[in-house]
Amino acid sequence: MSTALLVEGLRKCYGAVVAVDDVGFDVAEGEIFGLIGPNGSGKTTTAECAQALRRPDSGRVRVFGVDPHEQRGAVRRLIGSQLQESTLPDRITVGEAVHLFASLAPDPVDEPGLIAEWGLSAKRGAAFSSLSGGQRQRLFVALALVSRPRLVFLDEMTTGLDPAARREAWRLIERVRADGATIVLVTHFMDEVERLCDRVAVLVNGRIVEVDTPAGLIERRGGGSVVRLSAPAALDTGGLRALPGVADVTCHDGVIEVRGSARSVTALGHWLVVRGYGDTGLRVSQGSLEDAYLSLVAAAREES
Amino acid sequence: MRVAGTLSWIELKLLLREPVTVVFTLALPVLLLYVLAQVFGNTPDPEGEFYGGAGPLDYYTPAYMGLVIASLGLIGLPVHIASYRERGVLRRFQAARMPVAAIITAQLATAFAVTIAGSVLLVLLARLTYGVHWPVSWPGVVAGVFAGTLTFSAVGLFLGAVLPTARAAQGIGVLLWFLMMMVSGGGPPPEALSGVLNRIGTALPLQHVVVAIQDPWLGRGVNWPQLLVLLGILAGCAALSGLALRPRH
Repeated sequence: MSTALLVEGLRKCYGAVVAVDDVGFDVAEGEIFGLIGPNGSGKTTTAECAQALRRPDSGRVRVFGVDPHEQRGAVRRLIGSQLQESTLPDRITVGEAVHLFASLAPDPVDEPGLIAEWGLSAKRGAAFSSLSGGQRQRLFVALALVSRPRLVFLDEMTTGLDPAARREAWRLIERVRADGATIVLVTHFMDEVERLCDRVAVLVNGRIVEVDTPAGLIERRGGGSVVRLSAPAALDTGGLRALPGVADVTCHDGVIEVRGSARSVTALGHWLVVRGYGDTGLRVSQGSLEDAYLSLVAAAREES
Repeated sequence: MRVAGTLSWIELKLLLREPVTVVFTLALPVLLLYVLAQVFGNTPDPEGEFYGGAGPLDYYTPAYMGLVIASLGLIGLPVHIASYRERGVLRRFQAARMPVAAIITAQLATAFAVTIAGSVLLVLLARLTYGVHWPVSWPGVVAGVFAGTLTFSAVGLFLGAVLPTARAAQGIGVLLWFLMMMVSGGGPPPEALSGVLNRIGTALPLQHVVVAIQDPWLGRGVNWPQLLVLLGILAGCAALSGLALRPRH
């Protein structure tokens, strides 16, 4: 697996404001990599520097080993891009837009095929302004893919879409990956990250505070798993504390609460069965990615 | 330059789908010429007081070719560029590595195509209906139209680069269009305007385009000073637009 995108020590200031500082991460080929963070945390700046749309003050960017700021011609073939808040002329038709962006590519995909693939054949002669939000997003993704890019940047592509259109967009993103592209996804939506991203970087105030899988973030930062059970009278809670993965055990009003990692749940179940409490009901709740994200952001803001 | 060709063709189609631009570039000049022809006819003023002794339509036909050029540069192009900026189309082009040369080539190609179409329309109407005289110097007229189109393309690019929105560009563009039409040779003959109005006219670019086309048309020779003034405005506006539109890294 080669590295699709490498970012090291990225720093970018706008005047006196430091937008990103010492940002570094790498994206493996075939991965869907998420960039999340509060507004103004530097997600878009990071993505734009990685695409050579902005020149960083310092730091290193490599796209499949190519420096996008030096070899603009070579990188044009490698990158496809869906930009935040960037549209098309109202009166351009779907077919014209696809043809225009195809004319930029040295080896473009078949235009009618691409339009059909993204479900826009019936809209080929329709003006951009007449398209629905979902259709516009499909067109933008199609335009980003017309040059057969190996690395695709999607910046807030589902913002403003209704739930059905968002889910449709997710399926499209998965299809893009299935076709072999690597994807960098900038987003605000945790459900999107959980559903799509293999790994995600959390940016706060222009710095990366965590890079992990969504599951790993939940595990470590989401408050872990909480198991509640009605305590049989003879239960030895001291033994529970000694179980692997268990962080804390509390007991009040006859309800025991066991907090710990995901594997503490397995250990707890085994422990209960072995001691003959196999018929005890467990209510398990899991911290969400949103919990993990919010706790990370709060902790990072406290530090700075 | 496959990209430039494709973009030029699409830009031309986009322009023809923009009703305000079509009205101001292709319809209004023809309509104005028609109205003036009804009022003045093409008989020169017997005292030679107005139009420098030329027939009114011989005077207005080249002037309105200038008006076609001004419509593109004051309304069509600024609205188009401002809306591109407003909607992030330029950023999308930048992200797709669209060469800047292709964007400029396409705008110029569109401007020339529409100028030529508008001028042919005007001249044919004037010639067939009112017997306007052919230009005395064709190369001089072509040079004037060429320099005027280039200059107003730069003016349009500049306005589109600095005006905040497409709506603002349209409002200000239409205002400038009427102002320039009235004081730069498209309205009353310059001899009938007061000194102040004539001075305002001289300060605005359209008058120089009009005179640069009119003089060779009416047999007064190629007006090199006017062509030089146009080149100066062209250089100034092109430099300012480049500054305003440079990619922000």
